Amino acid sequence: MDNIISVRGLYKAFADKKVLEGVDIDVPKGKITSIIGQSGTGKSVLFKCIIGIMQADKGSIKVDGEEITQLPEIELRRIRRRFGYCFQDAALFDSMTVEENIAFPLREVLGMKDKRKMKAIVKEKLEWIELPGIEEKYPSELSGGMRKRVGVARTLAIEPDILLFDEPTTGLDPVLSESINNLIKRVNEEFGITCMVISHDIKGTFSISDQIAFLADGAIQAVGSPVEVARAQHPVLRKFLENSFADLKVDCGP
Amino acid sequence: MKYRGVLLPKIIAALELLGQFWLFTVEMFKQMVRKPFRWYLVAEQLEKIGVFSIPIILLSSLTIGMIFSLQLGSFLSMFRAEMLVGAAVAKTLSRELAPVVTALMLIARNGSAMTAEIGTMRATEQIDAMETMSVNPIQYLAVPRVIASILAFPVLTAIANIVGVLGSYFISVIVRKVDKAGFLDQMYSYVDPVDILSGFIKAAVMGLLVSTICCFYGYYAKGGSRGVGDAATKAVVVSSVGILVADYIMADIMLKVLFD
Repeated sequence: MDNIISVRGLYKAFADKKVLEGVDIDVPKGKITSIIGQSGTGKSVLFKCIIGIMQADKGSIKVDGEEITQLPEIELRRIRRRFGYCFQDAALFDSMTVEENIAFPLREVLGMKDKRKMKAIVKEKLEWIELPGIEEKYPSELSGGMRKRVGVARTLAIEPDILLFDEPTTGLDPVLSESINNLIKRVNEEFGITCMVISHDIKGTFSISDQIAFLADGAIQAVGSPVEVARAQHPVLRKFLENSFADLKVDCGP
Repeated sequence: MKYRGVLLPKIIAALELLGQFWLFTVEMFKQMVRKPFRWYLVAEQLEKIGVFSIPIILLSSLTIGMIFSLQLGSFLSMFRAEMLVGAAVAKTLSRELAPVVTALMLIARNGSAMTAEIGTMRATEQIDAMETMSVNPIQYLAVPRVIASILAFPVLTAIANIVGVLGSYFISVIVRKVDKAGFLDQMYSYVDPVDILSGFIKAAVMGLLVSTICCFYGYYAKGGSRGVGDAATKAVVVSSVGILVADYIMADIMLKVLFD
């Protein structure tokens, strides 16, 4: 299988706190790879190292075979343009309207100046995320789920090769979570974009992912297809799976 | 010896902060000359910092001109030298009061807002979002604010000069019935263009200082809404003290270079 990202022996510490201690992972091109693990195990740190906004202490990160850990900032920017990053709380610019938010990367990253063209792209992206007609709204006027969708539309505007989703379903109800998971699936299938997802929504993760990696104690403890990971024997992973897939029993009374 | 455990970490933290500020300032100057130049953002900030601040500058400088004239008038009347009020007010305003009062007003009105806005963007990952899009946040957020401040502070100082003198004229000539011709004549003879120029130079330097300090504290704000509040308070205090210290240094240099 063709790997678009290869991480080898990645280390990252903050003062005395060791977060990543030798992470190895390959991300296949055009597939959905999810990273699961307990809070505070360094999943977001791994993402930030991959996209180059955080410098790893040691190790190698290759994007399409190109080593990026030693690249100067200007070269990193070229690599970063291939990525899109969807933040947990969408990180929309709150002083801008939805239209300005989606047009921001078009203007600032691609240097687009044609306002009519930008308007058309914004309209197309909003229709694609099934939220047409909200161009003039501000992020504060949108619900959590809508903000996340607009965040996805903003990253899609510049047509990235790789999309990183940082806890896209956190804080959403199960119905909205499912709709966001479906959106990730659609992004992957319709545009062929490689997706990496950090999630605590284990059921959703197993339903959309082609590959799942379990991060614990600073390293990947299990990796493979959902079926392979479901069979792994790591105790924390077992606990994760048991809690997520245990049958819900509700006492309905006599 | 017993203070070492308390003082040393504070000294180290202060030095670290100074180092961080230095690196931020150097990066900001680098980004100032790098493409793309976002003039529309500078224009937006000029409107916020400059145009929308005019009412508060009008009010504060008018009041200061009037108060200063009242106090000076009553003092100079003891020597029958009330006609010198215009000259004294204009000279003090143009050299010192107008740039300092303008800067203090703009710190209160815009400086704290700059820190709070950028700090909130840091807390809500909006700055991280810019970085992931390869947009340099210092270039996008700090540079337009700093350029707009360097341009707006001297213009607002000029307005403060004019309005302060008008306030002095009103109190001296209209209220206290000082001779109008004498008031204006003394003002023309004692106030030099160099006085006004020195005030503009000070205002531009203060604009640079205030905006850089306020952007710096916002950019490195930590700890959610409380951290943003703390950062705004620190930015206001540090920039207020900073402009007074800078004013003293500039006054000392200008007295030797410009007024000798």
